[in-house]
Amino acid sequence: MKLELERAKVKNIVWGETTALLPDGTLRICKEDLLEAAADRVCFKSIGAELARPGESVRICPVKDVIEPRCKTEGQGQVFPGMLSGVETVGSGKTFVLSGAAVVTCGRIVGFQEGIIDMQGTGADYTPFSKTMNAVLVIEPNDGIEPHEYEKACRMAGLRAAYFIASSVWKAGASVSETEVYELPSFTESAKSFPDLPKVVYIYMLQTQGLLHDTYVYGVDAKKMLPTFIHPNETMDGAVISGNCVSACDKNSTYIHLNNPVIKSLYEHHGKDLNFVGVIITNENVTLADKQRSSSYTAKLAAMLGADGAVVSEEGFGNPDADLILNCRKLEKCGIKTTLITDEYAGRDGASQSLADASPLADAVVTAGNANMIVRLPKQDRLIGFDDYIDVLSGGFDGSLHEDGSIEVELQAITGATCELGFGKLGGRTW
Amino acid sequence: MAKIRVVHYINQFFAGIGGEDKADITPQSRNGAAGPGLAFAKEFGDAAEIVGTVICGDSYYAENIKTAQTEILKLIAAFEPDAVITGPAFNAGRYGTAAGGVAEAVTKTLGIPAISGMYHENPGADLFKKSVFIAPVSDSARGIKTAVPAMTKLLLRVIETKGNPGSPEDAGYIPRGVRVNIFNEKTGAERAVEMLVKKLNGEEYETEYPMPEFDRVKPGDAVTDMKNATIALVTSGGIVPKGNPDHIEASSAMKYGKYEMESVHSADSANFATAHGGYDPTYANADPNRVLPVDTMRTMEKEGVFKKLYKYFYTTVGNGTSIANAKKFGLEIGAELKKDGVDAVILTST
Repeated sequence: MKLELERAKVKNIVWGETTALLPDGTLRICKEDLLEAAADRVCFKSIGAELARPGESVRICPVKDVIEPRCKTEGQGQVFPGMLSGVETVGSGKTFVLSGAAVVTCGRIVGFQEGIIDMQGTGADYTPFSKTMNAVLVIEPNDGIEPHEYEKACRMAGLRAAYFIASSVWKAGASVSETEVYELPSFTESAKSFPDLPKVVYIYMLQTQGLLHDTYVYGVDAKKMLPTFIHPNETMDGAVISGNCVSACDKNSTYIHLNNPVIKSLYEHHGKDLNFVGVIITNENVTLADKQRSSSYTAKLAAMLGADGAVVSEEGFGNPDADLILNCRKLEKCGIKTTLITDEYAGRDGASQSLADASPLADAVVTAGNANMIVRLPKQDRLIGFDDYIDVLSGGFDGSLHEDGSIEVELQAITGATCELGFGKLGGRTW
Repeated sequence: MAKIRVVHYINQFFAGIGGEDKADITPQSRNGAAGPGLAFAKEFGDAAEIVGTVICGDSYYAENIKTAQTEILKLIAAFEPDAVITGPAFNAGRYGTAAGGVAEAVTKTLGIPAISGMYHENPGADLFKKSVFIAPVSDSARGIKTAVPAMTKLLLRVIETKGNPGSPEDAGYIPRGVRVNIFNEKTGAERAVEMLVKKLNGEEYETEYPMPEFDRVKPGDAVTDMKNATIALVTSGGIVPKGNPDHIEASSAMKYGKYEMESVHSADSANFATAHGGYDPTYANADPNRVLPVDTMRTMEKEGVFKKLYKYFYTTVGNGTSIANAKKFGLEIGAELKKDGVDAVILTST
């Protein structure tokens, strides 16, 4: 399977008459058309759109999801299969990407399980989305809409908006600034390609604790699947998308799924010091039987691939720590050397144990930082969204929102701050 | 710039009062430096001065910790210091415990920086390294020559950096065992793949999170006489009286609540709701008995399955709550339940 990602760089974002990428890298969006594409007359009482650029004194809150504008221009299927388009296999042909742009959805779905994006100041250092040109959708539900219906409507609105922007820009004749080619052959071929290199598989854990903690694969709720193989290229076309409302710091937004940094890094090392043989997606269900079944099945699939090593990434914390450790133990017992990516909940003083489970076999762990750490976020001049939930956001506490507009929260409340796909550079040490 | 005013805390031995026979002397103070303080005064140069020395016998401190601390703090405060230095205690266990305890109390109560110096195996180091910056020194008083500059450097650095002196290696203190966040040069994904390559090749690598010894609690014995048992409900599912009167956090709980339920027959949605931020609250809020099963417990109480439902329930939020806090809550709640004669607990989670 071969996929070419054709990237156009977005350097600015403005509203305008029509949607197009201007020669200077300015993404011009027709606001009316965008709102029309995102609209949901059954579920939404109102939907608005605002722009946020890096360095501006802007706070976006409560953030639900972030999506990179992409569309397929050649090859089978269309982006976000099972959601927007049909369910054909994606991951081959060509996909157009508006690099540096993002659609952000913002709404009070569960209230305390959405996040904060500050475009400047301390908070901006911790979120990847202070560096993107953001088109923010602010969505309020109709009365009587249940949270799960609201979540779904917001999720779909974000995907439609991202697809609308990318496809409109493509139709308007965008020029591509950079093309990346991603190709992995079949298992049997790849096993032969680099006989001297260790075979490495990526174990991609998806948040599936249920009740709005869900992830979708080709439109399928991932808690209902057995662990399975997926081609890494499929993720670049949105085969995996976020449908969850969990603590903002370590949920994987759709943007991160599209730009999975572990897949990127394994591709970079492929053929040099390792042989990247494939990706296994697995889930993080809440019952013990599910955890045991999924971890056993995952280790078995990795062994069937003949893997020598595995990178395992987590999503969320607490309950999924058990899945992380089970996966690690079972992989190691199959003789597959394993490294884990997680984050930590070591308390505000950093003095507590970081994970809810542990094993001596987990001897190679990368951490994305302690999410309990307190950060002070200065006042921002403009708020996109609503600030009435800051005290009760996960990571917020009574008195988080100060009178002067500054807030004091745990890192946990900042979107993508401790991403367990290893998107950022934050880490932890014992001092 | 005015010199930093430092008070020095030492034991009876280093004050030259006496050894074990004088270890029961009560806290006392002297103006200026005494004993090892003279070496500190010299090392401080123009940066700081020792304005006073507070002395206490090691036995007196160990046997009267609370009173001794109060007395010592009073004597220290009288000098109006900017900072406090305790020890070095080398490998003297009781002296280390006192030096650590005094430094901790100074920081917490007087709100000024306090550092100490100890041999890394001194029990005082283990007890106080989490709350006090302790310079590693040698195991006996022969090491005073290196201890004084090391502790001086640490003290000045703690003051300069307003309590954030940086890494143990740079600042020169015994690692406190606390997790801190740092920005790396490479992304987490790159670090993970590179670590795996090293692991596969049998090369050395350093895990970023060494796994702790996990604290596993053995379940208690089964209740043999249910008919006469008092049962308590404790939950980490966040069910609280509506309005969350004690403001228990949606995640990373810093506290738990204790609520009367003698007159409660059912945790109905009119009076209860969840404060938990880790799950969709729709079903819990529609019927809080789903998380805190008061209704079923009352029925079983009536049927005589057990004797009595305990008159309070305890609740907290188990979402991102640190293990240290959870353990603290558990110990406190357990002690109260035991005192009140509760025979068993039903612990519900989510």
